[in-house]
Amino acid sequence: MTVDIEEAPSRPPGPLAGGPRARRGRRLPTGWVPYLLIAPAVVALLAVLGYALVRNLLISFQEFGRRQLISRTTEWTGLDNYREVLENDRFWDSLVRTFVFMAVNVVLIMVIGTLIGLLLNQLGRAMRLVLSISLVAAWAMPVTVSTTVFSWLFDTQFGVANWVMRHLGFSGYEQHNWFGSGLSTLTIATLLIVWGSVPFVALNLYAGLTTIGGEIYEAARMDGANAWRIFWSIVAPIMRPFFLITSFLEIIWVFKAFVQIYALNGGGPDRESETLPVMAYIEGMGQNQYGTGAAISVLTLVILLVAMSFYFRLILRQEREEGLPTQTATAPVRSGA
Amino acid sequence: MNARKTWLNLVALALSAAFLFPVYWMFATSFKSDSQVLTRDPVFFFTPTFEHYSTATGVNLFWTYVRNSLVVTVGAVLLALAVALCAAFALARMRFRGRRGMLLAVMMAQMAPWEILIIVVYLNARDLSMLNSIGTLVLVYFVMALPFSIWTLRGFIAAVPKELEESAMIDGCNRGQAFFRVIFPLLGPGLMATSLFGFILAWNEYAMVLVLNKAPDAATLPLWITQFQTNFGNDWGATMAASSMFTVPVLLVFLVLQRRVTGGLAAGAVKG
Repeated sequence: MTVDIEEAPSRPPGPLAGGPRARRGRRLPTGWVPYLLIAPAVVALLAVLGYALVRNLLISFQEFGRRQLISRTTEWTGLDNYREVLENDRFWDSLVRTFVFMAVNVVLIMVIGTLIGLLLNQLGRAMRLVLSISLVAAWAMPVTVSTTVFSWLFDTQFGVANWVMRHLGFSGYEQHNWFGSGLSTLTIATLLIVWGSVPFVALNLYAGLTTIGGEIYEAARMDGANAWRIFWSIVAPIMRPFFLITSFLEIIWVFKAFVQIYALNGGGPDRESETLPVMAYIEGMGQNQYGTGAAISVLTLVILLVAMSFYFRLILRQEREEGLPTQTATAPVRSGA
Repeated sequence: MNARKTWLNLVALALSAAFLFPVYWMFATSFKSDSQVLTRDPVFFFTPTFEHYSTATGVNLFWTYVRNSLVVTVGAVLLALAVALCAAFALARMRFRGRRGMLLAVMMAQMAPWEILIIVVYLNARDLSMLNSIGTLVLVYFVMALPFSIWTLRGFIAAVPKELEESAMIDGCNRGQAFFRVIFPLLGPGLMATSLFGFILAWNEYAMVLVLNKAPDAATLPLWITQFQTNFGNDWGATMAASSMFTVPVLLVFLVLQRRVTGGLAAGAVKG
């Protein structure tokens, strides 16, 4: 994915009209042809995404339960759903949980991803290949599959995790239930998300690092800089756009992570591992409180929008200030979070 | 210096093992017999058996799931490519009112929190009697993949020098011919990156299909993977066999194309 938003084609169309024929072929259609070309995309986005967003907002102001679902009636209730949600302690617990979960995950992903990216840059050819292949394998795992595999690794009766803990000499791991508390469940979700997301950061950072010439390190070392200093004075400033954009993307991705948490333990036990997206789903689908679920969705969306607006501002400013295309492709080609 | 090298290699080896282990364990479990799977102490050496693979592929409607997954993936990718190509061309090469707005909208849509919209998408599909339909799934996945496709292809189209197109037009092509004869053949990496993205998205998607297509004959492969985990206990062997089969195509695509696609994406990004 590119993260550059460039101005309208900066060159005036003048030189393009190389010949009279070209000019004639071009001038007329510019009026409506572009609209015709973007029309299918606009229609599709509006019909599926736009409509869903609007409907979500509308439902959040409605009493919408099983009865209304079956009778297909609309009952407006104003802000009742929001009042109910905001007065519910579970919502606030969920909110705090979501933020803590996100912060822990993003910090771990960025730190470990950066360290591994730097390590890749230092390794010899063979070892680098081995590590890259392992990273790509973890990266490629579909979320459904990795979630399933992690619940197998941490299975109570036959999971390999309990065996490892026993062999490391910890007691109490005979049939230990890793999903017995919200904290433990979210710890495993963290492990799962970090494992699946680190490769994205590490491989992209490494790709970016290879574009930095070796001379600059050489020069720094001549001046007596140690590794720590080299990272903070050379690598970090050069890769700043990468770090900023990647962290924002990870924040947004982890914030809305759903399958990893829901499929691990259904938000349980006792709804203790619910983050906001999971809570919205469970309130709506599980409890048939579609109105309440929609209100939680809207609130989650608003929070996300704030995060996203920072992200967009950042990208736009970077474009303007540096005129540089932000180096690393922040490709969301990823199966993780 | 040498001690440092050894250290780094050891760390790298440990990390490789950590990242690879879940993948390895999935494959290993899928080839064990039940008695080797369900043990307190894991078995590391065993003679492989394919019994779980026959269990996994032997379920009712297995081939329907395969067909559904293929149809949904191919359909969504092709639709996204076609629609995105048109829009990307307009956004990269034409000036029109609302162009900037459209770019911003695409950028926003790319981050759309579909996870939070599952219920509404379900309600909308229900009201239009579009539940349990492969067509609905194609439509939803197509729209999910569309913003990224537009964005990426726009970068690639903008990277093709205008002069190429101009000279084709001087030589007598019209705009459309110039596009298909000059630009289109140069978009290979962009089309590949876009299709790869769409493929992974549609192939892996779980939350939407779980809610939208409850009818077994409209299900896709991600639902097949989870069907061996029931309230009566989990058939871990079959689950891992299904997971392995499901993952292999994605894994191959990633391993083969990762380099080229990251390169392609970078090329698309760095067009300036």
